[in-house]
Amino acid sequence: MSNTIHDMGGMHGFGAVELEPNEPVFHEPWEGRVLAMQRAMGYTRLWTIDGGRASLEALPPVTYLTASYYQRWFLGLERRVVAHGLVGADEITAGKSLRPGRRLNRKLTVGDVPNTTRRGNFERPAPAPAKFKVGDKVRTRNINPTTHTRLPRYARGKLGTVEAVRGCHVYPDTAALGDHNHAEWLYTVVFAGRELWGEEADPTVNVSIEAFEPYLETV
Amino acid sequence: MADDPHSHSHSHSHEHGSELSDLQLRMRALETILTEKGYIDPAALDAIVEACETKIGPHNGARVVARAWVDPAFKRRLLEDASEAANSLGHISPVGAHLIAVENTPEVHNLVVCTLCSCYPWEVLGLPPVWYKSAPYRSRAVIDPKAVLSDFGLKLPAETQIRIWDSTAETRFLVLPMRPEGTENWSEEQLAELVTRDSMVGTGLPQSPTRAGR
Repeated sequence: MSNTIHDMGGMHGFGAVELEPNEPVFHEPWEGRVLAMQRAMGYTRLWTIDGGRASLEALPPVTYLTASYYQRWFLGLERRVVAHGLVGADEITAGKSLRPGRRLNRKLTVGDVPNTTRRGNFERPAPAPAKFKVGDKVRTRNINPTTHTRLPRYARGKLGTVEAVRGCHVYPDTAALGDHNHAEWLYTVVFAGRELWGEEADPTVNVSIEAFEPYLETV
Repeated sequence: MADDPHSHSHSHSHEHGSELSDLQLRMRALETILTEKGYIDPAALDAIVEACETKIGPHNGARVVARAWVDPAFKRRLLEDASEAANSLGHISPVGAHLIAVENTPEVHNLVVCTLCSCYPWEVLGLPPVWYKSAPYRSRAVIDPKAVLSDFGLKLPAETQIRIWDSTAETRFLVLPMRPEGTENWSEEQLAELVTRDSMVGTGLPQSPTRAGR
């Protein structure tokens, strides 16, 4: 979803960053299992990374804030396997499989694992030339979809400059809804801190987002 | 299926109690269900966990940075296409597409965040630390980066420009920190020892050579 608790940029009240010296990769074995389940189910290609994000964003705000990171991942995954009809709600309740699984196109094997430690390529052939070039002034659109988007609230309706053209990438807003192939041009757009946060803001700060073309308007 | 991450009675910020909570039982049950249905292979899960614990990590990024410090041609390649440059080293685990290196200079200090989730260049830095994924970091890095840096004990000159990179797409950012002074005769391997994880996120600087010793 769009205007939900996950969109945290610019919020106040969360306090100081807490550091943990010599932090382990996983604090508990279950964290590793959850990460691995997530990776293994992602390998089936039934949903994209943005489908995964959307299910976390749909968690109730209080849950999102009180659950730890891997707890959130688990809660999102549990919802997703049910929503995709892979597991029945009755099976979640029973804590065991009650019927045979669906046939899937891909299943992660031990031999595939080395490939999963490398991220995929999200660039796709461009259906049209890029609308903007480096140096163009652009304004981000003021959109408030109830579905997934990667345009953060703090950067909507703001004047920025295109700093880089990153290629034509899978478009998260439609990928989360099931269209895994639609692609849009992606740009690095930089904003003065004062454009985002007002005249009182620190003049030495500039902030960039990675903005898909539909997020941008010509100025 | 309630979404209440219940049974974590303690309010410890990392919430990793050792008791087997209801939620952990649900996690085990889901792994069982997915296995029984033939969707996942527990041995593949073991291999993923092992790869996260042993193969990926900031040692990979440190090698990339150290090479850039000693080899100007490599540095140019890195700033042009960091995925290609990192993979050309061969001795680090493979890096996927869209890795972008951003260079710190005396004028500009770069800081990487993901305000919307937890996007992080884990092939070169490993899995993100808890603080990177936490609300305090995600909320404040874009509006008050100097306060965030001060949480890390980092104070930059007042005139230094701070550039925040919010990782809102599948591009990933690796900060190329400045080479510490006093390391002129250091080898690439010695230099890599100075490169900290935080210096490649922008929340820290490389270790100073006097502190690290030789």
